[in-house]
Amino acid sequence: MIWKKIKLWFHMLGSPPTFYRFGQVLAPWLWGAFAISAAIGLYQALYVVPSDYQQGDSMRILYIHVPAAWQALFGYTVMTVLAIIALIWRIRMTEIMAMACAPIGAALTLLCLATGSIWGKPMWGTWWVWDARLTSMLVLLFIYIGIMGLYAAYDDKRKGARVAAILVLAGAVNIPIIHFSVDWWNTLHQPATIRLMGESAMDASMLPPLLWMVLATKFFFGAALLDRSRNELLQQDRSKRWVEQQISGVPEQA
Amino acid sequence: MSKPVGNAPKALFQRDMKLAFRRLGESLLPLFFLFTVIVLIPLGVGPGPTLLARMAPGMVWVAALLASLLALEHLFRPDLDDGTLEQWFVGDSGVLGRVWARLASHWLITGLPVIVFSPLAAEMLHLPHHALGTLIISLIIGTPALSLIGGLAAALTLSTRGASVLLSILVFPLIVPLVIFATGAVSMQADGLDPTAHLGLLGAFTILAMTLAPFGISAALRMNLE
Repeated sequence: MIWKKIKLWFHMLGSPPTFYRFGQVLAPWLWGAFAISAAIGLYQALYVVPSDYQQGDSMRILYIHVPAAWQALFGYTVMTVLAIIALIWRIRMTEIMAMACAPIGAALTLLCLATGSIWGKPMWGTWWVWDARLTSMLVLLFIYIGIMGLYAAYDDKRKGARVAAILVLAGAVNIPIIHFSVDWWNTLHQPATIRLMGESAMDASMLPPLLWMVLATKFFFGAALLDRSRNELLQQDRSKRWVEQQISGVPEQA
Repeated sequence: MSKPVGNAPKALFQRDMKLAFRRLGESLLPLFFLFTVIVLIPLGVGPGPTLLARMAPGMVWVAALLASLLALEHLFRPDLDDGTLEQWFVGDSGVLGRVWARLASHWLITGLPVIVFSPLAAEMLHLPHHALGTLIISLIIGTPALSLIGGLAAALTLSTRGASVLLSILVFPLIVPLVIFATGAVSMQADGLDPTAHLGLLGAFTILAMTLAPFGISAALRMNLE
């Protein structure tokens, strides 16, 4: 019984007006959850955690850098799942959501690269190192940009989304290979590069803010994904009746 | 429906090869392009043999990659423009066979000449002689994957505006492992180490591309026709 209700609800989300209203309700909660968890995480990261005995205060950038990197990769996973659904069942909402993942993921990847670069300057003495992880994040950024470019190059948005979904899958197959190949390439050529975090276990006092920030990026991704999808929906359906009713505030007749 | 007349992929392949040989000058342009890149490198970084020798594996591979990119834009475009591409999907002779035929002719036209002339390019860049064999083997194993992934990018960008720039952006991240494994193998041989592991991974990458890319290509072509 309850299962049937969940199934019905899931099917109804495939309808643009329902999804739009659902997002309207859920997105503010996600933004709120993001604000609270980020506030707790940042407070702990900046004031509670003691500074590192080697790196001083500069290591605090980790609390932006690492969650951004994790979420950039997790965002690609979300996009892949949505792309598979879009290709198999041709649900329009998943096409739109998959494509909405790309700019968010690209922004997080860029954030990860930028913070890594800022962190690298005092630690490694240089803005850029051809470190394996940095390089694979850079390649990930190019994949995200490729997906966005391909989607934008088609006038027919549905066609563009489905073609770009194939690229998402090609990237999903390739990203692990890229990761390991780059890892190997780097270790062969410059084995003594400083690792980002090392395998040494983190001190327990450093962990809570990291977990809060990881949670915050999850909420951020969800909220941004909903908002972006709803914007895209409005733009694509701008000549449809439900958008007109939504904008003018006239309640839709059931 | 009637049975397909003759062997469609074979006919397509023969047609492509015939056209390539009729326009031999045009077909060999990517090869000349490769040599212009090879000539520019010493002009840019200086003629010192030791520096060139260290850079040679990567440079030959990057030049081969650029040469392969040149011909990609026209891989499916003329067939889309004159409507032949739609006929691929109408008959019951299958699309995959024709995709393979087209990729094979692309490889024979852009990949094979590069392999044949790679000793010349390697010599111009002072690649150590004992690494030449590995360079040729890495090109033989790796260039088919270049055609496959390039073909996927060409199919994805088929009916877009500004396809050529987009195509290069799509190809680059996907072939990172290819470049790493191939140049890694040649560099290891040049340094007197065993390159088999790199070559094995290169082969694995090509086989993976062979298994998956044709399906992606035919799906993308079909979407572009809708």
